Amino acid sequence: MSLLEIDNLSLTIGDTPILKDMELSVAPGEVMGLVGESGSGKSMTALTVMRLLPHAARATGRVSFDGIDVLAASEDQMCALRGDDIGMVFQEPMTALNPVKTIGEQVAEGIRWHTRASRADAEERARKMLDRVGLPSAKFPLSRYPHELSGGQRQRVVIAIACALKPKLLIADEPTTALDVVLQAQILDLLRDLVAESRMGLLLISHDLAVVTEIADRITILRRGEVMEAGDTARTLSEQSHPYTRQLAQASMHVPARARPHGAASGQALLQVESVTRDYPGRRTSLLRRAPVIRAVDDVSLSMTPGQSIALVGRSGCGKSTLARMILALDRPSSGTIRFRGETITGKREAELKPARRDMQVVFQDPYGSFDPRQKVEKLVAEPLHVLEKKPTRAERREMVAHALHEVGLDQRDMEKYPHEFSGGQRQRLSIARAIITRPKLVVADEPVSALDVSIRAQILDLFAELNQKLGIAYLFITHDLTVARAITDDVLVMHDGKIVERGKTNEVFDHPRSEAAQALVTAAPDLHRAIARRMQEQG
Amino acid sequence: MTAYLLKRLAIAIATLVLASMVVFAVLEVLPGDPARLMLGLNASADQVELLRNQMGLNAPLGLRYLRWAGGLLSLDFGRSYTYSVPVIDLVRERLAVSLPLALIALALSTIIAIPVGLFSASRRGRAGDTVAMGAAQLGVAVPNFWFALMLIYVFAVWLRLVPAGGFPGWGAGVWPALKSLLLPAVALALPQAAILARVTRSALIEVLNEDYIRTARAKGLPYRAVLWRHALRNAMIPVLTILGLQFAFLLAGTIIIENVFYLPGLGRLVFQAITQRDLIVVESVVMLLVAAVIAVNLVVDLSYAVVDPRLRSRQ
Repeated sequence: MSLLEIDNLSLTIGDTPILKDMELSVAPGEVMGLVGESGSGKSMTALTVMRLLPHAARATGRVSFDGIDVLAASEDQMCALRGDDIGMVFQEPMTALNPVKTIGEQVAEGIRWHTRASRADAEERARKMLDRVGLPSAKFPLSRYPHELSGGQRQRVVIAIACALKPKLLIADEPTTALDVVLQAQILDLLRDLVAESRMGLLLISHDLAVVTEIADRITILRRGEVMEAGDTARTLSEQSHPYTRQLAQASMHVPARARPHGAASGQALLQVESVTRDYPGRRTSLLRRAPVIRAVDDVSLSMTPGQSIALVGRSGCGKSTLARMILALDRPSSGTIRFRGETITGKREAELKPARRDMQVVFQDPYGSFDPRQKVEKLVAEPLHVLEKKPTRAERREMVAHALHEVGLDQRDMEKYPHEFSGGQRQRLSIARAIITRPKLVVADEPVSALDVSIRAQILDLFAELNQKLGIAYLFITHDLTVARAITDDVLVMHDGKIVERGKTNEVFDHPRSEAAQALVTAAPDLHRAIARRMQEQG
Repeated sequence: MTAYLLKRLAIAIATLVLASMVVFAVLEVLPGDPARLMLGLNASADQVELLRNQMGLNAPLGLRYLRWAGGLLSLDFGRSYTYSVPVIDLVRERLAVSLPLALIALALSTIIAIPVGLFSASRRGRAGDTVAMGAAQLGVAVPNFWFALMLIYVFAVWLRLVPAGGFPGWGAGVWPALKSLLLPAVALALPQAAILARVTRSALIEVLNEDYIRTARAKGLPYRAVLWRHALRNAMIPVLTILGLQFAFLLAGTIIIENVFYLPGLGRLVFQAITQRDLIVVESVVMLLVAAVIAVNLVVDLSYAVVDPRLRSRQ
């Protein structure tokens, strides 16, 4: 018998339909993967099971959990279920914990509430649970506050809260999306173990097919609120009999067609980074003693030729973004020099940097956060033009914006619109248009596709590849996603603890990693081909 | 935590010293010779000069500042020109009215505002919220002296529960004194409570959208428990900031209410001193208020750290 059974579930919020005739079931000890692109209704399915939907939501159909009709249950009944029989883990570990309460209080709170245990008993159980998720008491006493923990550690606390009372069902909504690949692998292992230990059912929600394939027994593929296909993971993904399943699988393995890198022959280096180090003051332990130094970037050297596409990969906190900021002259190195097109840019004043600024631009991760919502596209895309030698007239400016929009596949009429009128993928196109409007020689892209759905990601990667070919722009791609690095770059630099520990041709490094850091990344990185092969093997 | 505390304390003391210099300097450049003022228009230049010497007004600027500041530290504020009594006695007498008044008003404002804010935030956009926030809007818009007049009419004239004005002094017993402060405190508290309720509501609404509220709900806590245990404390920082500002206002900005109720408070003292050019009194009360505001700010800063552990560990 199923633990969770969803039948004919339809959901509307206001007048917007979210789910239509949704079907899904999870058995005890089973891992069900729920896959779909953003806006397909994955999270709303989870919130329906928890009955934590927004006020304006109306659900019809049947959701039964362990014999209880969830949609008809009273609020008291639901409170008794939540946190006791059903636990939930959310996507964003940085904000999922209350900043003013200790982790001990937060884990113990649910235990005390449901079992009426004394504070001491609840804290003892909380301690055991934190030990279980890999936060031992020596380093992580109950009195720690969330801000003292990293993202991966916080996600462990959230899992401890959700699993503290050995729930029958755990719902994990994109539990690893905000984490780097190594942490992701660790968290998936932990979830797998918890399932095996107590025959807990797990509903794993993700946009990442590879992640789901690694861990799920069965899979449900959702598109615009409707189930496209459901079934055994290995069979569903190897046969790919449904066109949408095939489309998703292909998009997640997409490699843009690129001719051989250009311009590698031209002699002069575009960018030279020589023994660059960046120190930050650490936390002072005493008023009298000097603050210890934290070395974010440690003696890094690299060089790029025009038109070259290089990936800078590494775990979160390894110093890749700090290095990128120094290359963009947004931060000053503590020592070392950076030369761009032969000119030293370190230690220059802002006015002297104008020529360099014109020739290098940046694309950020978050297409939602990097635009002022109150300005029109024309103004936003034209922003970098102020570094030009000669200020363009209004007509010239419009001409340049129209051209840049055309190059990234948008319509020139779009310049009259505001950012909120665009989808996530279109907004990332806008940020690329903004980056190429000055005809830069180098674009630094910091996780430019990690916030995008797989099909959109494939399109944006194609766009990057095309612009590299057409305009000869060199890319420095900062990413922790090896699939992206493989798809779009020729060479790779692997960074670890502020140092570059391995460099070489992207494919060679990823196929035969030599350094420990690169090996860890490659082993942990989810890979759809590999995951399907392993699933098939396990199931014969 | 100790580092945070010491740093805040050092900033508070530095601010106080700087403020005292400004107050001293302003009074120094204002026209008007206190000695001439005391002796009257008919006094001869010699007499004025003699008194100036006696009062130490001819000493160098730095020395006069140090004397004055030293006096402040030992609570010697000098003598009032118009009343010819030590300023400290005047201030002490008036503080006995103003301080309890401010504290009662602040307490009332908090007691009204926080529950209203919680109520409104948890029923955002529904009828209860609309009514409560409509009332708060009214409370912000209507001047407090109008409230005062209405309160006098209802509770003093009509129901005869409390006196309409005046202050019997604490010598007449605690209850009669408190009774005469009750209406002015309510009149002062209502507009402040209206502001505070709106701040509490908007801070809570912001917090209620945070992910950790959802985490708490997913633990199985009922909505009310989430509101009290998780939301309120996180919403406290803006509320504490407004409370600090309100206390400073309530201590000295109550002149209209003092006049409506015939209360001998600090506000009226300053007002009279200004009209009579009794600069020593003005100077002393201003310094006192500066010190009070700085002290309140210090308390607010420290309470931030109590509320939010992230501030404790930051330098």
